[in-house]
Amino acid sequence: MAEHEMIRAEHLWFRYPTDTDAEQENDWILKDISLEIKKGSFTAILGHNGSGKSTLAKHMNAILIPEKGSLFVAGLNTRKEENLFAIRQKAGMVFQNPDNQIVASIVEEDVAFAPENLGVPPEEIRKRVDSALRSVKMYEYRNHAPSQLSGGQKQRVAIAGVIAMQPECIILDEPTAMLDPQGRQEVMETILKLNREQGITIILITHYMEEAALAERVVVVDDGRIILDDLPRKVFSQVEHMKALGLDVPQVTELAWELKKAGYAISPEILTEQECVVALEKLF
Amino acid sequence: MLKDITLGQYFPVDSVIHKLDPRFKIINTLLFIMMLFAGNHAVNLVIGAVFVILVQGLSKIPFQMGIKSIKPIFPVLVFTAILNLVFIDTGETLWSWKFLKITEGGLQTSAFMIGRIILLIIGSSMLTYTTSPILLTDAIESLLSPLKKVKFPVHEMAMMMSIALRFIPTLIEETDKIMAAQKARGAMLDNGKLLDRVKAMIPILIPLFVSAFRRAEELATAMECRCYQGGEGRTRLRELKATWKDYCSLTVCGLFLLLIMILNSIISY
Repeated sequence: MAEHEMIRAEHLWFRYPTDTDAEQENDWILKDISLEIKKGSFTAILGHNGSGKSTLAKHMNAILIPEKGSLFVAGLNTRKEENLFAIRQKAGMVFQNPDNQIVASIVEEDVAFAPENLGVPPEEIRKRVDSALRSVKMYEYRNHAPSQLSGGQKQRVAIAGVIAMQPECIILDEPTAMLDPQGRQEVMETILKLNREQGITIILITHYMEEAALAERVVVVDDGRIILDDLPRKVFSQVEHMKALGLDVPQVTELAWELKKAGYAISPEILTEQECVVALEKLF
Repeated sequence: MLKDITLGQYFPVDSVIHKLDPRFKIINTLLFIMMLFAGNHAVNLVIGAVFVILVQGLSKIPFQMGIKSIKPIFPVLVFTAILNLVFIDTGETLWSWKFLKITEGGLQTSAFMIGRIILLIIGSSMLTYTTSPILLTDAIESLLSPLKKVKFPVHEMAMMMSIALRFIPTLIEETDKIMAAQKARGAMLDNGKLLDRVKAMIPILIPLFVSAFRRAEELATAMECRCYQGGEGRTRLRELKATWKDYCSLTVCGLFLLLIMILNSIISY
């Protein structure tokens, strides 16, 4: 297995155990997923509700184990019981609802939770907690109660709680779904900063196209299969295909696509407003 | 409206008492209770009162806070007083009416009991006023840790307590939301007969329970993701460390208790 690989799925099949014996193809939540994610990369996984994207995320830190095929995190097979804590330490997970993942009633105690579990000595925990809180810009709030914080702040605390484990990879399962626009922006900035400055591999599960557009790579999951897997601008420029899958594309991409359809010479491979402005200027 | 509930009664100010090791504070509180119960003489109350005033002064807790802690037990005080007055039949009869009789002994005992309960409450609420619930939980875990030898789940109990404390504000907020939602659908929560009001609680409690279970499940997953594997091999960010001040406080409490015991034995001679 290559050194630069963070996560590799090999022909992964999964379904939730049911009481009935009837084997149906439809029962499978994930069907034959093969995926490689490089260390230090930023990948977005897109898909509408029930597409299996969250289930896939839960495989990446061994909450769920594939029924057929296998998944490796930094070369460790999730199927092996003895790898469990090593995997969870390497691949941290942040969930949708910040309220349901904060354990302690003081911010810094919560960030300390994971290193405490790993048996890290107290002086080292203090260092990790402080640096984790600084990297999500929540250091000033270290003595606050979580209930005093806004949604975006709580989610950043949850991210700090994962960073304190010093993971190589963070998997975020719709971390912004319950946040207001400002909180969403705070969280996205934090994620980007962690990826760029600390080289942490980011896997972002989302259904916000604007967020996915910030990634280096977009994987589209539909009905348990990987449908598209490419650069964001390549994925989003397939506007019709995305719409057929029940997904949107960023507004600027759609604008360019509509213009192109109307006969203007513009490429729909546009992701940001800035790019759109430039392309529009060229048109006229 | 539910948001106004204060959690515990922690009163955060900077004082010597606040900074003491919570384990020592718990032990000292137990010693204080022993002081009050070491004998049935007024001297216990006098020394106990001196001790409470001393702690109150050092802790910088306003005096009214101490008084406030007695309010909820006022009915208990009245009940105890009446019971003692009516049923203790020693010494001179001061007043009687039909079968009721108030004696000197009864009066003395009831005054003593009231004094003892008041001191007990003010003294022990000093513990909760000066110690945050989290530290209190940590201290209980540490003090009970010998029980691990007999397979008593000390760590799990402490973890449950601290998670419960953490989720109280969250669940209160949730209750508020559910109440608002049910009111919007025409639920009458504030009026009607007692039985009707109890019944009206059902549509609030059921969604609250369902969501609490859902939260519990998600929290358990999140905890597992952060490598939680029970108390075994766990370290702490803030370790409880005893300093000379803690041993001093213990010595002072011990001396108070000793003094009371000596005085009691002298009096009973």
